[in-house]
Amino acid sequence: MSQSQSQALTAAFDEMGPQGEVRQVYAAIADWLAGTSREELLAKRAEAEWLFRRVGITFAVYGEGGDPERLIPFDIIPRVLGRSEWDRLSAGLTQRVRALNAFLADAYGKQEILKAGIIPTALVTGNEQFRREMQGFSPPGGVFTHIAGIDLVRTGPDAFYVLEDNCRTPSGVSYMLENREAMLRLFPRLLGRHRIQPVNRYPEELLATLRAAAPEGAGADPTVVVLTPGNFNSAYYEHCYLADEMGVEVVEGADLFVEEDVVFMRTTAGPRRVDVIYRRIDDDYLDPRAFRADSMLGVPGLMAAYRAGNVALCNAPGCGIADDKAIYPYVPEMIRFYLGEEPRLSNVPTYLCEREADRAYVLDHLDQLVVKLAQGSGGYGMMIGPHATRAERQDFAARIRTRPADYIAQPTLALSTVPTLVEAGIAPRHVDLRPFVLSTRDEVRIIPGGLTRVALRQGSLVVNSSQGGGTKDTWVLESDPMDGGVAC
Amino acid sequence: MLSRTADNLFWLGRYTERAGNVARGLSVALRMASLSARFGTDGDEWRSLLIASGCEEGFFAKHRTASQEAAVDFLVRDPENPSAILSCFAAARHNARRVRTALTVDMWSALNDSWRMLRDAPFQGEHLPGFLDLVRERVLLFNGAAQDTMLRGEPWLFVQLGTALERADSTARLLDVKHDLLAPAQPASVEYAQWQAILQSVSALRAYHWVYRDRLDPARIAELLILRPELPRSLAACHGRVLDLLERIAAGQGGRRGECHRMAEEITRWLRGASIGGIITEGLHEHLTRMIESTARLGEAVEAFYIRG
Repeated sequence: MSQSQSQALTAAFDEMGPQGEVRQVYAAIADWLAGTSREELLAKRAEAEWLFRRVGITFAVYGEGGDPERLIPFDIIPRVLGRSEWDRLSAGLTQRVRALNAFLADAYGKQEILKAGIIPTALVTGNEQFRREMQGFSPPGGVFTHIAGIDLVRTGPDAFYVLEDNCRTPSGVSYMLENREAMLRLFPRLLGRHRIQPVNRYPEELLATLRAAAPEGAGADPTVVVLTPGNFNSAYYEHCYLADEMGVEVVEGADLFVEEDVVFMRTTAGPRRVDVIYRRIDDDYLDPRAFRADSMLGVPGLMAAYRAGNVALCNAPGCGIADDKAIYPYVPEMIRFYLGEEPRLSNVPTYLCEREADRAYVLDHLDQLVVKLAQGSGGYGMMIGPHATRAERQDFAARIRTRPADYIAQPTLALSTVPTLVEAGIAPRHVDLRPFVLSTRDEVRIIPGGLTRVALRQGSLVVNSSQGGGTKDTWVLESDPMDGGVAC
Repeated sequence: MLSRTADNLFWLGRYTERAGNVARGLSVALRMASLSARFGTDGDEWRSLLIASGCEEGFFAKHRTASQEAAVDFLVRDPENPSAILSCFAAARHNARRVRTALTVDMWSALNDSWRMLRDAPFQGEHLPGFLDLVRERVLLFNGAAQDTMLRGEPWLFVQLGTALERADSTARLLDVKHDLLAPAQPASVEYAQWQAILQSVSALRAYHWVYRDRLDPARIAELLILRPELPRSLAACHGRVLDLLERIAAGQGGRRGECHRMAEEITRWLRGASIGGIITEGLHEHLTRMIESTARLGEAVEAFYIRG
């Protein structure tokens, strides 16, 4: 371990409690860990892996050789949040997603925030993610991002930051659900000692959200489908799982067709009209007539049907401008502009390399910053300065000078840690949290919890499953512990 | 149900059944080949098996003569042959994978384990009989898993439809290749053994004795395999099943019917009314060829109505 890595760990806030102390929400977990041998824990972990393999909850990694079907490592030690911690987060998430939806409606509508000079126009209308096809169009209910995944990190007891917004097709919710199922099977007594807010209503809430998005002409019982790119997609399991839980069909592009601006699916009983499409396909591939002509995944004529108001797409096309990393620094301003409120959740300070002053600062402080592609995802194309070699830093400096607009940089945060079962025993590992936020015209709903991702390698800050990250069950308690303080 | 799901389930039924039928065909050919060596006949068993499996053209594009080793390799393993046993399992597994949620865990395991087991198993020479038994057992296991665990909705009906149609096709082809053996003639001992082998290929040797309680007779063999509804692999049984399944699908859809229903009804009506004497007088081969063609057309009509419709 390098010096900077050990510094990152020692400086990090441990959610169970600093050395020798236990925060009250973790009291029962600490008892349990103290009373359970390493062998027992390892046996439980093996059982968990068997459970996950059996249900077939895998994701696919291509281009690395070998079997592409991988299992995301599951850590059996849960991550716990108290009631009031969660309530504060929940209020902040609600506020943020309301603002993001207001921004999307504005960006494709009157563009008032651009006219007011709060966000540079070029950053929005010149953005690769800006869809001209959406201009002047208001989706049913006015909602653009019906399902958002907001990535949060924590650096202290009350310090939560939004790391990024995912407004397009966020994935991972199946792990939130399966992780809880696994914990219920593996540790019924431990769960019984806590009062944990349930997560298993998510599929119902999702279905209600999707039904609420149906166009007006759809009637009382709209037909909802999940549109998947197919079984080679890394999240295919999740698409099938959610469809199954909601009791709706999971379809591929070829299962749908458009006739006179109405979408149908091909069934054994003939064509059946489709009203709402929960699409897990990127904008580019949705409709070869509107977007990429070479797309084999999409449905020709889908955008025309959408614009005619005959079908709902969830999320709406064009949401990428709201979660673009170059737009991200402006989200607090959006909250003030649209809601007239102060942001409840903070952004991580962000430097845009296309700004000259920011760029100079970034190039000067590469060893302290995390550099990311403005439009990258999945932890690819990213450099963590304190962990990078000199050669890597030089490589990134050159890249930033060549294409400054492609890069942003943020300070390396001392991400909080949670006790995690590793080879050497139980050790702190860095985590983040992705809650899933459901929006309809009338309300924003959040299932208490989310997907906790954990960087399993010692000192690593990268939690992405494609980069060696694992997951944990996330418990949100029904109430706060009595004294709310620290037990010794 | 989605047409794509029906498509995958229908072909899942067809491919698993085909794998079993190719194994049955190989068992018979193996038996006959060893008989013909003893009795000094032409030994053309492998060629006629390739014809029965509809693989003749593909095989002779690669091989000059139908030696046992070449024929067995082509029918068991050759990835260029879509009807090879391993190709059938690979295709069935592919179909199953695309509709995982429509299958039960038992069906998937039966298929997936079979694929992993057979993929690496030796099958040439003395390994062949054991390998073929294993294939038949694995197909029986899959069918049993479907029978015992699958919800009786449209998914179930489409798997069964694929199985029944494929089986009808297979029995007709098997009989047609051997039709000259069943033409009226004096029973020579070689032919007697061949008749036994035909019956064994559809697991019907014992059944013959139970039904007729008499010596093997070519006309009765033809009758048993074509017209007797109580033999599960007879044309009458398979087509009766196809009609029944199509009617049940129609009933579940408020009576929606198409060309495939009309065709299936016509075939079954004919099979119920025909006599074996009449069939043989008019020409067994002609009847079987017609039956193979109408089974193929029926399969296309099913796909046209339910899958591409």
